Amino acid sequence: MAKGVWIVAEQRDGALRKISFELASTARRLADELGEEVGAVLCGSGIEGIAGQLAKYGVDKVFVADAPELEPYTTDAHSAAVAKIVKENDPSILLLGASTQGRDLSARLVGKLATGMGTDCVGAKIVDGKLLLTRPMYAGKCFGEVAISSFPQMATLRPNVFPAVENPKAGEIVKFDPALDAAKQKTRVLEVQKDASGKVDLTEATIIVSGGRGMKGPENYVIIEELANVLGATVGASRAAVDAGWRPQTDQVGQTGKIVSPNLYVACGISGAIQHLAGMGSSKVIVAINKDAEAPIFARADYGIVDDLFKVVPELTKACKELLA
Amino acid sequence: MNIVACVKQVPDTEAQIRVKADGSGIEEGGIKWVMNPYDEYGVEEALRLKEKNGGEVTVISLGPARVMETIRTALAMGADKGIHISDPAFDGADAYTTASALAAALKDLNPDIIFCGQRAIDGDQGQVGAILADLLDIPQVSIITKLDYADGAIKVIRPIEGAQLLIEAKLPCLVTAQKGLNEPRYASLPGIMKAKKKPVDVKDAAALGVTPAANAKVVKFVPPPARAAGKIVCGDDPAAKAKELARLLREEAKVI
Repeated sequence: MAKGVWIVAEQRDGALRKISFELASTARRLADELGEEVGAVLCGSGIEGIAGQLAKYGVDKVFVADAPELEPYTTDAHSAAVAKIVKENDPSILLLGASTQGRDLSARLVGKLATGMGTDCVGAKIVDGKLLLTRPMYAGKCFGEVAISSFPQMATLRPNVFPAVENPKAGEIVKFDPALDAAKQKTRVLEVQKDASGKVDLTEATIIVSGGRGMKGPENYVIIEELANVLGATVGASRAAVDAGWRPQTDQVGQTGKIVSPNLYVACGISGAIQHLAGMGSSKVIVAINKDAEAPIFARADYGIVDDLFKVVPELTKACKELLA
Repeated sequence: MNIVACVKQVPDTEAQIRVKADGSGIEEGGIKWVMNPYDEYGVEEALRLKEKNGGEVTVISLGPARVMETIRTALAMGADKGIHISDPAFDGADAYTTASALAAALKDLNPDIIFCGQRAIDGDQGQVGAILADLLDIPQVSIITKLDYADGAIKVIRPIEGAQLLIEAKLPCLVTAQKGLNEPRYASLPGIMKAKKKPVDVKDAAALGVTPAANAKVVKFVPPPARAAGKIVCGDDPAAKAKELARLLREEAKVI
């Protein structure tokens, strides 16, 4: 009988990522409703020291695989290690982050565990002893309530949506042998090229300032960047701006770009094509700055200014700077 | 090389999605169906690989009769043959079932490389590629923006949060395509004519030996929560409006 709510904790360069605490807190909430324990799997190399941090967010037991083959992350090695410990312990629920790594790992695990999963969920609750998930579909144009009839009931949770709540537990650490077969590892990370800017990825950002066609050219993004700097925000762009070659593809927010859910989304010179609205529609607070009062973005915005962005944005930067000083 | 491109037919990105009154699905009337945009990058990369190294591109899709159009589109772009998995029993299939059907249909083909889109823009799940790779017991690299092939292995670029990885994988392998990988070609008129004569093998669940099931099931579709009407900051002076907006974000919305 499957029992226990488990998470796969995510670490990078020996530090737990924020999503791990969001997962732990959510798992704790679900486990309390079921009267079960929270387990976490942590994989990497030289990471035993950080396992204890998970107990602070409600994890009862951390299963740690510490092996050189587990650093850096590869789908091969991590999915083999996690599948092994999960099969041995038979949890009823398994949660991962809807991060790049979590999405990759979880899908491979669905194959290995022959189960079902809800991806990128924004809601998770227990109904009649089973997990019921809420997830955006069609990039947020509609939502689906998902139930899973196999075990473990798997889900990836969207970063930034589920709160990380401190809830300290005694927290036991259990080492396990991932029993990796080097001959079976067919992928290898040859090189990690770090983004030197140190900016938070759009999918994890709490504030995003985006520019669209109304920016008129790549050189004008400097005013977007200045506002972003003051707010500690990440810069995004609409598909129009990316297709025009003004911004890199990694900046694109929308149905064929990144689906984001920041606390604050500032759309500058973005008319609000349906594809764009789909990608940023779940932002908590949306601000639109556009000189076209008829632009569809205003129908979605919590706050709007109808005016020339080239006049408004620098003033907004100045005003925010004063407020935050 | 035996190259496979998996494609899915989805509502185009401009489609308005309306949920049926009883929450059992979405209204399909008036929807324009297209090849999933991420799958187009996969098809394009498959064709480029064939053009450089020789071989054959097989395009495969699961879905109702209308999916044949999407298969023909890939054939018109230059793929050589198609497989259409068509069976009403697959309606509402989850990712695992879909991948099982694809795996069964591809088994005898022994593909060297399989392309999928990184996710489909309807279900937004991004699971099928990885599950398919697992069922075929081959490695997979997800969400790639560059691919080079040489000597039985590929080197790919995979962006992750705050970094890019250069990954080497031995073939056979499955990759999932992300925007930026290439610029997909349009089907030419001669291509469209030729596509009509290319073979497409249609298979049902019985032929594949797959029992359709849905471990993950959407039990209810709901429209997105409505947003309350926003506040337009009025006035003639951009500086005054900007200042008021900053105040609102700080004091009312409490987001800065």
